[in-house]
Amino acid sequence: MSQTNTLDLTAKDTQTPSAYIKSGAPYVWLTAAAISVAFIITVSLLFLTAARGMPHFWPADVLKAEYAEPGEAAIPILVEMVSSEEVSTARLKSAGAKLDDSVPFHTRDLVKVANRDLLGADFRYLLDEWIVNRSYPDDVVVLERMEWGNFHGFISEVKEDGKVIASGAEAWAAYQPLQERANTLRDKLHSIEDGEIGQINAGLEKVRLSSRRLELEGKTRQGSPEAFVELDRKKAEYDAQYEKVRLDLAAVSKDMKRDGLVLKTVDGQTKELDLSQVVRAYRPNEMGLFAKIGTYFSKLWEFVSAPPREANTEGGIFPAIFGTVMMVMLMSVFVTPFGILAALYLREYAKQGPVTQMIRIAVNNLAGVPSIVYGMFGLGFFVYFMGGNIDRLFYEESLPAPTFGTPGILWASLTLAILTLPVVIVATEEGLARIPRSIREASLSLGATKAETLWKIVLPMASPAMMTGLILAIARAAGEVAPLMLVGVVKLAPSLPLDSIFPFVHLERKFMHLGFHIYDVGFQSPNVEAARPLVYATSFLLVLVIILLNISAIRIRNRLREKYKALEG
Amino acid sequence: MSETTTPPAVFSGKSITKGGSAFQARVFKDNAARWVVWVGGLGVIAALLLIFFYLLSEVAPLFAPAEFKSRPTYAVPGQGKTLYATVEEQGEIAMRVSDIGEVTFFDLNTGAVRLAQQLALNGLTVVDVTEVSAERGELAASLSDGSILQFSHGYDITYPNDKQLITPSVRFPKGEAATPFMPEAAQNLVVRENGDSQMLFGVDAAKNVHIKTFTRNENAITGETTVEMAGEQNFKPAVNADLLLVEPLLAWLYVIDQKAGKIAFYKLDGAAEPKLVEVKEAGSEISAAQYLSGGISIVVAQTNGLVSQWFPARNEAGEFYLARVREFDLPGNAKPTALGVELRRRGFAVGDETGQVSVYYATSKRLIHSEKALDGPVSQVTFNPRAQVLYTESADGKVHAYDVHNEHPEVSFAALWGKVWYESYDDKQWLWQSSSASSDFEPKFSLSPLAFGTLKAAFYAMIFAIPLAVMGAIFVANFMSAELRQVVKPTVELLAALPSVILGFLAGLWLAPFIESNLPGVFLLLILLPVSVPLFGYAWLNMPAKIRYRVPDGWEGVLLIPVIAIVTWFCFGIAKPIEALAFGGNMQAWMDVELGIKYDQRNALVVGIAMGIAVIPTIFSIAEDAIFSVPKHLSLGSLALGATPWQTLVGVVMPTASPGIFSAIMIGLGRAVGETMIVLMATGNTPVTDVSLFSGMRTLSANVAVEMPESEVGSTHFRLLFLAGLVLFAFTFFVNTLAEIVRARLRKKFESI
Repeated sequence: MSQTNTLDLTAKDTQTPSAYIKSGAPYVWLTAAAISVAFIITVSLLFLTAARGMPHFWPADVLKAEYAEPGEAAIPILVEMVSSEEVSTARLKSAGAKLDDSVPFHTRDLVKVANRDLLGADFRYLLDEWIVNRSYPDDVVVLERMEWGNFHGFISEVKEDGKVIASGAEAWAAYQPLQERANTLRDKLHSIEDGEIGQINAGLEKVRLSSRRLELEGKTRQGSPEAFVELDRKKAEYDAQYEKVRLDLAAVSKDMKRDGLVLKTVDGQTKELDLSQVVRAYRPNEMGLFAKIGTYFSKLWEFVSAPPREANTEGGIFPAIFGTVMMVMLMSVFVTPFGILAALYLREYAKQGPVTQMIRIAVNNLAGVPSIVYGMFGLGFFVYFMGGNIDRLFYEESLPAPTFGTPGILWASLTLAILTLPVVIVATEEGLARIPRSIREASLSLGATKAETLWKIVLPMASPAMMTGLILAIARAAGEVAPLMLVGVVKLAPSLPLDSIFPFVHLERKFMHLGFHIYDVGFQSPNVEAARPLVYATSFLLVLVIILLNISAIRIRNRLREKYKALEG
Repeated sequence: MSETTTPPAVFSGKSITKGGSAFQARVFKDNAARWVVWVGGLGVIAALLLIFFYLLSEVAPLFAPAEFKSRPTYAVPGQGKTLYATVEEQGEIAMRVSDIGEVTFFDLNTGAVRLAQQLALNGLTVVDVTEVSAERGELAASLSDGSILQFSHGYDITYPNDKQLITPSVRFPKGEAATPFMPEAAQNLVVRENGDSQMLFGVDAAKNVHIKTFTRNENAITGETTVEMAGEQNFKPAVNADLLLVEPLLAWLYVIDQKAGKIAFYKLDGAAEPKLVEVKEAGSEISAAQYLSGGISIVVAQTNGLVSQWFPARNEAGEFYLARVREFDLPGNAKPTALGVELRRRGFAVGDETGQVSVYYATSKRLIHSEKALDGPVSQVTFNPRAQVLYTESADGKVHAYDVHNEHPEVSFAALWGKVWYESYDDKQWLWQSSSASSDFEPKFSLSPLAFGTLKAAFYAMIFAIPLAVMGAIFVANFMSAELRQVVKPTVELLAALPSVILGFLAGLWLAPFIESNLPGVFLLLILLPVSVPLFGYAWLNMPAKIRYRVPDGWEGVLLIPVIAIVTWFCFGIAKPIEALAFGGNMQAWMDVELGIKYDQRNALVVGIAMGIAVIPTIFSIAEDAIFSVPKHLSLGSLALGATPWQTLVGVVMPTASPGIFSAIMIGLGRAVGETMIVLMATGNTPVTDVSLFSGMRTLSANVAVEMPESEVGSTHFRLLFLAGLVLFAFTFFVNTLAEIVRARLRKKFESI
């Protein structure tokens, strides 16, 4: 090896172990390892959520086989493989498997058997070596149902109005148009329920509250019947409307129940199912790659656009996405002006001295205060104190049922606005501090007032910084869960906080949130195993949104810094 | 702001010089803007400060002293000697039963009699009055011929003319006639009800205890009730039966000898004769004894100036004994003469021979208040059911009542932080059990296990995070090439933006089961990784220069990524064979059997890793900033003098940057202490005090998240949760401020170098 390299001039014997240790190089390697580990953790966390969540929507092949436990009759199974792992014999034995000690390890598969209504659970652990006679028949059908999760089996007959119209091989072809019809009817049903019936209910509730208000004002039906005439007329009108809509609804739902399927499971049981109970059906084993990709995206679309089913373990997460976005937008409305005002005060108007410095440190430190503390503040101050008083002043007629005196989206966004205020203040201040003094002085020397300088020169220049602050605030708010648990998030909100019923924006309503959805479905759900892929997918979505927000904030900040460097130079 | 500062007409060509109207408008706008910013800015800052003061205002009532507002003193209304006195819920009307059988209801403020009703006694006198059910106001009077008369006092509330009017009445739900119980007058009558059967306890003149059980049958057709005797026992207790106390669930009986100061502790056994468990010495004469609310503890007033609390506990052999749990000293060591208990909390009041009345709370061992209420010895002291009125009566016939505002007697420093011997436990413990379905449950408000859990979680998280974050920061700031640094630093900082709910979810549902089934692999990795890295470094050094020089300086971290991946894969690959060989295939079972370590799936190890990951970016980012901003000429000077890069780092860079690293760790600690979702999801949330790496914990923040929504507004529990919040707030604020000050100083120092 060439010794002329300048690096080796001082250390000719670095290759011996003792010199290696003496030079401290092992420690340097250790520090390098530390950053590598941190980097690996970061990247693998992102991959983990993606890798576990995204395959969920893929229509996996369904395996037909027999499960032959030694000493027992073979059971036919029709399963989707989920995962498999090596497990020691001792653990399997303690779990109750009949095994001898000849092999130390066995492969254990987690499979989705579906048919929860017949089998009790969607998932089972099976020992790989006992699964025999494997095949992938083309006519296996996977049905996504409104209740009881998926169904694995075969379609034997298709019925229309109770009459068999197709059976055996033709059944699949006959089924598909009927399903489309059922789905269209289901959409119609929902639109009647949410739209017209919702309107009528809201109207009836308003009538009830109005008459309650009259009673609170001391008017009785006996004393002043004229006050109630209009209300009674309205109520009768709504009742009549309701009667009409109810008939429509009954007609549609009867129509929807027209068609049905006769299904067969792999172990020979038959099951009849209304098409109104089926969301989608596919035959994964006969699908080609493109068909599978199509189904994948249609399921993915359902995930982001549909409401959840079955205690949040199936269906989509649209209300959670909507709730998160709306809460964050409301929060931005509160936090932006006030954060900027506070930053302007601290940087432009306050006398720079120890007191301002102290305030600055205090504001900075508020960003480090645990979020749950903000949640307590929100619950105690906003919900109980402010909300309670608003109810007493303006919503007396609906007491004792609280309107604003209970957690809701308004209080949640206010709480998060307070939580993220320090973020906006600090970022805006930093932006203001970076604007060179010379620019301000130039403006002032041309005769502009301080307000004009601020409005025309300083604020436009600092706007990317404000943007950065706002984006960081949004990213933080979107991922925050602990305070929201106290001030307005629920596992299942009956209606969105924004709808077609006057006054359209319902700030007092509770809402769903992506982060809480993850916590709730992952930890409070009765069927965690079934919900897990959905939670991973939700996590991935949330992570994606937050990372994109953060990256854009960092981009904007960096561009801003370069711009001012150029100005200073 | 926009309306006031947008200048629409300023540059319109009109006069903008001094004196012009446009100029006036500009000055006005400038001033308006100033005011808006001032008011808005200060308002925002005030709103942020409001958080602290709001928390404080919710917590403060916990530590406020109880208020006792005196009502007028007057002579006892009605006839005869008071045997029983009480006050109704609203605190407006008091009621007393005298030995001549008169039930007197009187206005507690003035002493004016509202209703005086004579019980139909047929010439007999009342010997004793006992509560059958305090909640329902049912009483039983023992008459001088040995019969029992049961009656109740009730109150109807009406609103004539929109004013509340309380009308008291005496009722006879069990019939107006007295029923026979004993051949002679029953002293110390105790009546216990259990569904349709009643168990009566009494003492005769020869100090024998009589126990009789009656069942009440109602004829469904005629509505007539018949009372039948279902069992009878007499027995002579081991001590003189002066006082009798019977557990409401009919498991225990206490016979108290006042003169000798002895308590005989019996186990009741259905129809069989009660079994003596043991006889305890109180230490002095006993003047009174009562059950506390909940029916587990008894309080015994002793003439040597103290009140002792007792309840059954189990010794190490699992046998019951009567434990003397705590003592309450009377002010001035006076002789107690009367005892009264609260109905729904573990509070009680003691009156003594000097007329002094003291109110205590048992669980927190607190003297709430003490005041000279009367001039003579106190003969009756009692609370109304809400414990908002204290009624005292002296032996010389005076009544003095107080309005009591005593919301949070459960709180004392010792009860919050020390070990407390709670009812139904066998020794002193730190416990947090706030759920209270009924008043029978003694709330256990010890913050110690929660604070312990918080510190434990933070400790393990810091153990995981500090080495990785600080060493990583050292490498990135000191050794890493610039272009790599620009990629690595933002990537690790991105981790800070990852919502903690996702970390918690991954920790709880992926990491915890993974660690559970790969425990040996985790430990193997912890050992092998630090060893293999320097070995690889040495091997790399001995590589042919051709390969070595292909990797530029500062890219060592990239080289290590495959090394770490391979070592990790290797560790988990051989973990299972090792487990099968050394631990019988199941390390948790092996630890449980061989080492006695219990393994929870969601434990401190999982939390340590997950929360460690959450704080790594915080610590890393600040520490890296501190190290990177050490002036380059310092380290260059050191290197020029021949020091190796490591020597330069240890001798020059680190001492200069150490305050910055300290503040980084502080801020990381602040985040770990307050983190909620990760601990909520990755621990079992059981409030245990166990340092083990393999057991769970419950932290202050997770506790708030779990219990806050169900907590009753204004209750002690609610305020204690706010106290937990305030503690978290104060702790993180203090730690962050400390860190901020240290950093500011460091920045100044660097500027001066």
